[in-house]
Amino acid sequence: MSEPRPTRVRVTGPPRHVRPGAARPALDDSSTLGGVYLGSLLREQGRLAVRVLGLLVLLVGSLPLVFHLAPGLARLELLGLGLAWLLLGVLVYPLLVVMGWRFVVRAERNERDFADLMDERRR
Amino acid sequence: MTADVVPGVVAVALVTIATLAIGSYRQRFSRTTSDFFVASRTVRPALNASAIGGEYLSGASFLGIAGLLLVFGADMLWYPVGFTAGYLVLLVLVAAPLRRSGAYTLPDFAEARLGSRGVRAACSVLVVAVGWLYLLPQFEGAGLTLSAAVGAPRWVGAVVVGVVVVVGVGSGGMRAITFVQAFQYWLKLTALLVPLAVLLVVWMGDGSPGPVLRTDTAQWSLPLADGGGAGLYATYSLIVATFLGTMGLPHVAVRFYTNPDGGAARRTTLVVLVLLGVFYLLPPAYALLGRVYGESLAAAGRSDVMVLELPRVMLPGMAGELLTALVTAGAFAAFLSTSSGLAVAVAGVLGQDVTGRLPGLAGRRGTLSGVPAFRLGAVIAVAVPLGVSLLVPDLGVARSVGLAFAMAASTFCPLLVLGIWWRGLTAPGAVAGLVAGGLGCGGAIVTTFSPAPVTGWAGVLLEQPAAWSVPLAVLVMVAVSLATRDRVPAHAGRFLVRLHTPESVRP
Repeated sequence: MSEPRPTRVRVTGPPRHVRPGAARPALDDSSTLGGVYLGSLLREQGRLAVRVLGLLVLLVGSLPLVFHLAPGLARLELLGLGLAWLLLGVLVYPLLVVMGWRFVVRAERNERDFADLMDERRR
Repeated sequence: MTADVVPGVVAVALVTIATLAIGSYRQRFSRTTSDFFVASRTVRPALNASAIGGEYLSGASFLGIAGLLLVFGADMLWYPVGFTAGYLVLLVLVAAPLRRSGAYTLPDFAEARLGSRGVRAACSVLVVAVGWLYLLPQFEGAGLTLSAAVGAPRWVGAVVVGVVVVVGVGSGGMRAITFVQAFQYWLKLTALLVPLAVLLVVWMGDGSPGPVLRTDTAQWSLPLADGGGAGLYATYSLIVATFLGTMGLPHVAVRFYTNPDGGAARRTTLVVLVLLGVFYLLPPAYALLGRVYGESLAAAGRSDVMVLELPRVMLPGMAGELLTALVTAGAFAAFLSTSSGLAVAVAGVLGQDVTGRLPGLAGRRGTLSGVPAFRLGAVIAVAVPLGVSLLVPDLGVARSVGLAFAMAASTFCPLLVLGIWWRGLTAPGAVAGLVAGGLGCGGAIVTTFSPAPVTGWAGVLLEQPAAWSVPLAVLVMVAVSLATRDRVPAHAGRFLVRLHTPESVRP
């Protein structure tokens, strides 16, 4: 007639005190070649991060200092808006999006290169 | 109740009902603990990014920024810029690795990375502290909004938000909240965009008048705080707090665990950058219109609710009332969504570390666990800041939010960045850094609330602590870690590998 009632399941959290990564001996820093590859991926991604953040500091982070040293800049008007309002109210957002987009593309390329490298090694 | 408050009341009621309805509809899909805490990690980038945007754009962004811009001018542009740039920093430094760590919450991450219960406890305390510091202004702002829009007493808005959040979060957890918040991003955008379009038409009909009060234009268009060198310091301190604090906000961090994988976490963050960038174009436009039409509001000290009042001022009559009602709905959505996100994050930590261990409340099985503990955590997470906001009104909405960012930047930012990129971090180093950053920033916050505030440079340093408290936390964390080099966890190398390895090559 009707399907049997499903048994009750006690809902609990996942085990929290499992050492992560313990079950992956194949790919860790102690196997020499894998370690070299992984080290290079980490360095590559780190360098990419530093480059993007450096650009952010240079293009956006420098603005208070520039306006502090040359307050006259604030009086410039472009398209009916003060320069600071144009830069910080409008133009900064497309800049942040483009920087983020370039970062995602490059980070994914680094990971793809790494995956290809690991495939070759397994073969 | 007079007739002109009816649209506002209806708008708030509709937002509240829609929030609860979407939440309870989605609640049917919320079954497991994993659903409650992280929506079972199945949320796709477009939906997840809308939810992050909905959760992140708080009342401070919706109302506060336009008011600050109107009164103080271009230096306040650093708030929205920092709120957005914080996501770029998060994207670059932590988004994918944080997701790949496989932890539920910030304390989970810390414990998994460092293998120490002490670090976990310190992080739990800080999540609750930052969460409550951020919830306070939400309740306060909700009260302000309702009193401005419909003339209700100040406590009504706070209590309504508190009750709706507890019901929504407690019943559906993260899975239900994700859909509610995605809806609220688009509601907030609409609620600012439509009135702005109408007001711009009115402005052009008036012959596009320029801003009044040209006398102080120089300071108003300078993106720096007043006071020469001190102003430069305060501006940079705000930049440090917002650029670095975003990644450490508990409700932001917990969102990253809901992505399917590390690549999705990155793409989600990119979409968030777009959504925030679009939204933050609007408050400056309101401020510029306010400069033309709303000087009376600024003079009357009502700049906080300028966005709500501007449609009434520019368009007398029913049309203005309807637009004000729409903006009120958006503002209320802002308070609801941010409070819900914070409540989920704080309740998650309380549910795991506090209410999950209360033997007295447990009944047969010894301790509360899973969903009941989460629900009790949600009640506590909301009740405490709600009580404080009712007892201590007038903390200042934008200021409390800024302090929450400074606190997150001084504690979780160094922990996350060093934990993800530096193998040498140790548990004693992490705790020492968290304590140094937390006490430094927290102590500075407390002194600014004292009856006899410090003035001069010392006052500026205490009022905007991030520029010194963040480097202090990093230095202490690194120095103590180096001094306790033998305590580097044995699995540190493997853990870092796991954080940076794409899912496709995992064995």
